[in-house]
Amino acid sequence: MTSAQIEIQLIASLVAIACAIPGVFLVLRKMALISDAISHAILPGIVVGFFITHDLSSPLLIIFAAFTGILTVFLVEFIQKTGLVKEDTAIGLIFPALFSIGVILIAKNANDVHLDVDAVLLGELAFAPFDRLELFGADVGPKSLWVIGTILLITISLLVAFFKELKVSTFDAGLASALGFSPVILHYGLMTVASVTTVGAFDAVGAILVVALTIAPAATAYLLTKDLKKMILLSVGFGVFSAISGYWLAHGLDASIAGSIASVLGIVFLIVFLFAPGTGMVSVIYKQSRQKIEVLLLTFLLHLKNHKEKKERHVNHLGEHINWQKSQAKSVLELALKNNMIVIENDIVSLTKKGNTFTENAINYITDHSEEAIEEMKKDFFLFRG
Amino acid sequence: MLGSFAVLRKQSLLGDAISHAALPGIAIAFLVTGAKESNTLLLGALISGLIGAFWIKSIITKTHLKSDTALGLILSLFFGVGMLLLTFIQKQPNANQAGLDKYLFGQAATLLEKDVWFMAIVTGVCLTVLLLFWKEFKLLLFDADYTKTLGFNIKFLDALITSFIVAAIILGLQTVGVVLMSAMLLAPAAAARQWTNSLAIMVGLAATFGAFSGIIGTGISASYPNLSTGPVIVLVASVFVLVSFIFSPGRGLLFKEIRFRQNRNDLKLHKTLSFMYDIAKTHEDIDHPHSVRILNNFHGYTKKSLHKLEEENLIVVIGTNWTLTKKGFEKAKNLYNQHIETND
Repeated sequence: MTSAQIEIQLIASLVAIACAIPGVFLVLRKMALISDAISHAILPGIVVGFFITHDLSSPLLIIFAAFTGILTVFLVEFIQKTGLVKEDTAIGLIFPALFSIGVILIAKNANDVHLDVDAVLLGELAFAPFDRLELFGADVGPKSLWVIGTILLITISLLVAFFKELKVSTFDAGLASALGFSPVILHYGLMTVASVTTVGAFDAVGAILVVALTIAPAATAYLLTKDLKKMILLSVGFGVFSAISGYWLAHGLDASIAGSIASVLGIVFLIVFLFAPGTGMVSVIYKQSRQKIEVLLLTFLLHLKNHKEKKERHVNHLGEHINWQKSQAKSVLELALKNNMIVIENDIVSLTKKGNTFTENAINYITDHSEEAIEEMKKDFFLFRG
Repeated sequence: MLGSFAVLRKQSLLGDAISHAALPGIAIAFLVTGAKESNTLLLGALISGLIGAFWIKSIITKTHLKSDTALGLILSLFFGVGMLLLTFIQKQPNANQAGLDKYLFGQAATLLEKDVWFMAIVTGVCLTVLLLFWKEFKLLLFDADYTKTLGFNIKFLDALITSFIVAAIILGLQTVGVVLMSAMLLAPAAAARQWTNSLAIMVGLAATFGAFSGIIGTGISASYPNLSTGPVIVLVASVFVLVSFIFSPGRGLLFKEIRFRQNRNDLKLHKTLSFMYDIAKTHEDIDHPHSVRILNNFHGYTKKSLHKLEEENLIVVIGTNWTLTKKGFEKAKNLYNQHIETND
C-alpha cells in the first residue's frame, strides 16, 4: 500500500463515520430524505460562494453551502407548515428548484472554470490525496482529510455533549420540550451538522455517496438493533467496513471509488435485509407463514370443538367445510398431530385432552385477553407472542 | 399527469428514487448489448427502475424502516452501483461508450424525431389505461381497504400504477435528466392540487401545467445562449407551484391570510358588540348613552371597529358617547344565544 492509498482509505473511513452519526438520527426522525435534498440543494450555495471567493477550496465555500443546506431545511419546513402539501412533496419541490438554479448559474457564468455538475454530484476520491494542505511550508496531509477530520471531531463532541437531549427529542419530542430543551434548536442543530457534513464530504466523495453513507449504514443498523448506542456504533462499523472494502473493489475493477463504496453498502444492506434475525425478509416471511398456519390451526380446532357429530369431523368433509386447499389442510393436520392435539381414528378427527385445553385457553385469550393462560403456548406459537 | 397519483399517494419522492435507480439499468443494458440504441437502454432503465420501486415497497411493508429511509436507501445505492458500472464502462476499450452519461442530466436538444414519436406512443398508452381503470385507480387512491372489499385486485392495480409512474419517469429522464425528473413529476401535480379538490380536474390541470412549463421552459432556454433546457423547465414549473401556493382561491396563502384577517375582525366586532350588550342590558332603556372610554382594546375596540359598527347601524355614536340601536341590541342578544348554542 502506498501512502496515497492509505490516505484515501483514511478519508473514506472518516467520511463514513462523519456521515453515519447524523444519519442515525435522520433515519430515526424519519427525515432521511432531507440529506438527499441538502446534498443537491447546496449546489447554488457552492456556486455563489465560488463567485465571491474564486477559490474552490476556500472555507467560505463550506459556510455558504452549509447555509444553503439550512435554507433548504427551512424552506421545506415552511412549505410543510402551510399544510398545502405533504413533507415529501415539499422536499421534492424545493431541491430540484435550488439545484436548477445552481446548474443555470454554472452554465451562465462559470463555463470555463473547474466547476461542473459532475464534480459536485459524483466527486472523485482518487484525487483527494493530491490536494495537499501546506502549513508553514510543511506538507501535513491531504486537505480533505483535515476538513473532514475537523467536521468529525465537532460532530463527535456535539454528540457526546448533547447525547441525552438528542435521544429524548428524537423519541419523544413532547417530553423533550416539557423538560425544557427546545426541539427546534436541536432540530436545526442536527440539520446544521448534517449540512456541514454533507458539504465537507461532497468534494471528496460526491453528493450521492454522501446520501448513501448517511442513510444506508443507519438503516442497516436499525434492522439489527433497537438500542440507540449500539445503532450508532454499528452504523459507524458498517460505514468504515464499506469504505475500506469499497476502495479495494474499485481498485480491482479500476472504477469509481464512490460508486463502489455505495455498492458495498448496498450489498451489506441486502444481506442484512434478507437475513437479519427477527426483522429480515427471511424471518419475517417465516413468521408470517407460521402465524397464518397457526390461525388456521386454531380455526380448525375450534371447528372440532364445536362439532361433536361424526359427519362434521370426517377428514374429507373438513376441506369442504372450511374451504381450504389440500396442501394447506394437510400441513395444518400435521401440525396438530405433531402437537398431540388431535387423534385420527377411521378418518374421524377428534380433539385430545391437550387439544381441548389449548382451544379453551385460546378462546379465553381471544375473548377477554387473559394473559396467564397463554404463557405456556407462547413457547410453541408465534401467534401469541405479539 | 401520473404525478397526480404520486402526490396523492404520498409517494412524491418515488420519482426521485426511480430516476436514480434507472442508472444501473442503463449501464447494464449497455454492457450486455454493447449498443447505444436508445430503446435497449430505456428497457434496461425500465427494468432496474421497476426493481427499485418494488424493493422500496417490500422494505416498507416487511421491515420497520420508514418510507423515507427506504427511498433514500434505494436511490443512493442504485445510483452508486450505476456509477460503479459507468466508470467501469469508461475504462473499457469501446469507443461507443461516450454519451451514456447524457442520461444523467438529460439533453432535450439531442432528442430525435423517433424518440419523440416513441414518447408520444407511450404517453398515449398511459392515457388509455388511465381512462380504462379510472374508477379503480380513484378508489384505490382514496380508500384502499374499501377497494379490497369490493373485490378488486389491489396488488395488481398498485403494481400497474407504479409501473406507469416508472415508465413515465424513464421517458422523462432523456429530457430533463435524473435530478430534475422528480420535479417534473411533482411540481405540476402539486400546483394543480391547490386549485381543485376533484381528481379528474387535478389530473387535467397537472397535464396542462406540465405541458406549459415544458413549452415556456424550452422557449426561454432556446432564446438565451448557454441555458440548458431541463433546469429552466423545472424553474418554470416551480414558478407555477409558487403562484398556485399563493394565489389559489381555496387553499392559497394569500386568500388564507385574507380570510384569517376577516375572521379576526369579525370576532373583534362581535366581542365589542357583546360587551356593549352586557352594559346596555343593565339599563332600562337601550338608548342610554355610554362613554366610549369604557371600551378598551381588550374588548376588541378600535376606532375602526366602532366606525364599522356604526356603519352597520348597530350603534349610534354621538360625540364621545355611544348607544346600541334596536337592531344592534337584537343582534347582540342573538349573538350571545348563538354562542351558547354552538358551545353546547
